[in-house]
Amino acid sequence: MKEPIDLSDFQSLIAQESAGPRLIGGRHLETGRIVFPCPEGDRYEPIKLSSKGRLWSYTVQCFPPKSPPYKGVNNPAQFKPFFLGYVEIPGEVIVQTRLDVNDVKELEIGQDMHLVIIPFETPEGEPNEEIYSFRPTQQSAEQSQGKGA
Amino acid sequence: MDDVYIIGAGIHTFGRHPGKSGLDQGEYAVREALKDAGLNWSDMQFGFGGSASAGHADAILPRLGLTGAQFINVSNGCATGGSALLSGYWAIKSGEFDIGIIVGFDKHDRGAFNPQPVESGLPQWYGDAGFMLTTQFFALKTQRYMHEHGISPLTLARVAEKNLANGAITDHAWRKTPLDAQSILDAPMVSDPFTKYMFCSPAEGGAALIIASAKKARELGRDQIRIHGATVKTRFEGSFEVFAPSLTIERDVSPCETASKAAYEMAGLGPKDIDVAQIQDTESGAEIMHMAENGFCKDGDQEQLLADGETRIGGRLPTNTDGGCIACGEPIGASGLRQVYENVVQLRGGLGARQVEGARVAYSQVYGAPGISAVCIIGE
Repeated sequence: MKEPIDLSDFQSLIAQESAGPRLIGGRHLETGRIVFPCPEGDRYEPIKLSSKGRLWSYTVQCFPPKSPPYKGVNNPAQFKPFFLGYVEIPGEVIVQTRLDVNDVKELEIGQDMHLVIIPFETPEGEPNEEIYSFRPTQQSAEQSQGKGA
Repeated sequence: MDDVYIIGAGIHTFGRHPGKSGLDQGEYAVREALKDAGLNWSDMQFGFGGSASAGHADAILPRLGLTGAQFINVSNGCATGGSALLSGYWAIKSGEFDIGIIVGFDKHDRGAFNPQPVESGLPQWYGDAGFMLTTQFFALKTQRYMHEHGISPLTLARVAEKNLANGAITDHAWRKTPLDAQSILDAPMVSDPFTKYMFCSPAEGGAALIIASAKKARELGRDQIRIHGATVKTRFEGSFEVFAPSLTIERDVSPCETASKAAYEMAGLGPKDIDVAQIQDTESGAEIMHMAENGFCKDGDQEQLLADGETRIGGRLPTNTDGGCIACGEPIGASGLRQVYENVVQLRGGLGARQVEGARVAYSQVYGAPGISAVCIIGE
């Protein structure tokens, strides 16, 4: 029997290894299909996904999402746009994720990405949290210029 | 099995209507459809209706008369209108009913839709993280599509330019100010690659259709517009759908593609037979992708088709001739029925500047969360 997974917060999605963080996905016990996050119930077993992948798609969230459900700072005066997208973890699954960049020009579909844990700012008075994100792995000057065209 | 005909159509202008409830707008659309068909509310043997944010659709009954007829509320995300129509289609096709009404209306708050994770069976963290936005999904799907098929931001702008131009000459449209492609491109970014004028907004409005069996339609002398095919399909494991924390690496077709194929098959028609099309344009990327998913072009051909104006009124396949969601806004319950309303009036003719000359077969398609598509083909 595996432990029930509590998916109420971001920490439940992450396994901290000595080599760095890993996302916890689920493997279907019959078909072997991998999904993220690991669903509750007994049809899936939790597995640690590779921390490396390739950018599959991206966008930027320019307006503050409504709360609830959004838990971050969404006061229009303090809201900072955030980047998000999908990262393909080869041979496993494509996961939706925050993207740890400051400009859309830093992103190019197909580029190498790796998992990082970044601060998740919450409104004043609420404890700050951490969330998983992917960051471009080898960001050469050439790549970041190429995107502008 | 008997054929099904659309014998009446009514609409309440889309947009924002302070002081008017969603129900008011639904009631208005029903009365317009009844007037159009020359019938009374008491003639309706059944009704299917939908509203996402303006109360239950059957709250309309006391206003129109409590006749005791069957009325069923339909709730299927943005595909609610298409799903209500399909329900009515089968009610008649089965031979159980001869005549009934399909109604949809809505009134949404300003700003983006605000669904909660639990409604979609998703864990709470997904909403906490700021992922519970349909705008992000369309941006992500479009961004990937542009990368794979060579679509430029200018083409996205051209879709919005066309739809705003069509809205400007449509009585029931909300946004009436045409904008050129460059101004659309230069507008503030909402979710890369979309600027604010490339998105539709939640809005208000109502639409209603009266449908009847062939026998009844002939009896009434209103057997001009037949439903050739109507389908609703849901997603596959490998479809890319809204609110997906993960996707399979092996990709599969969208429910729009299967709904479209099934509708063509029912109709015994193909994309080349379509004279006018209303396809879901929650933002300009959706219209681009849906052009291919509905069989109107190959992936990537949209770049040239838009540059050549082929989807404008007067082009080879006029698309979203009333300005679509981009110009009309999206009141969820009414949106899919607005598309069919527009097709009905196009087929009847006499629309002036927005008339597609010689339109004989018309196509409509809606897409909704969590991965539903509804298609309806109507014509002579």
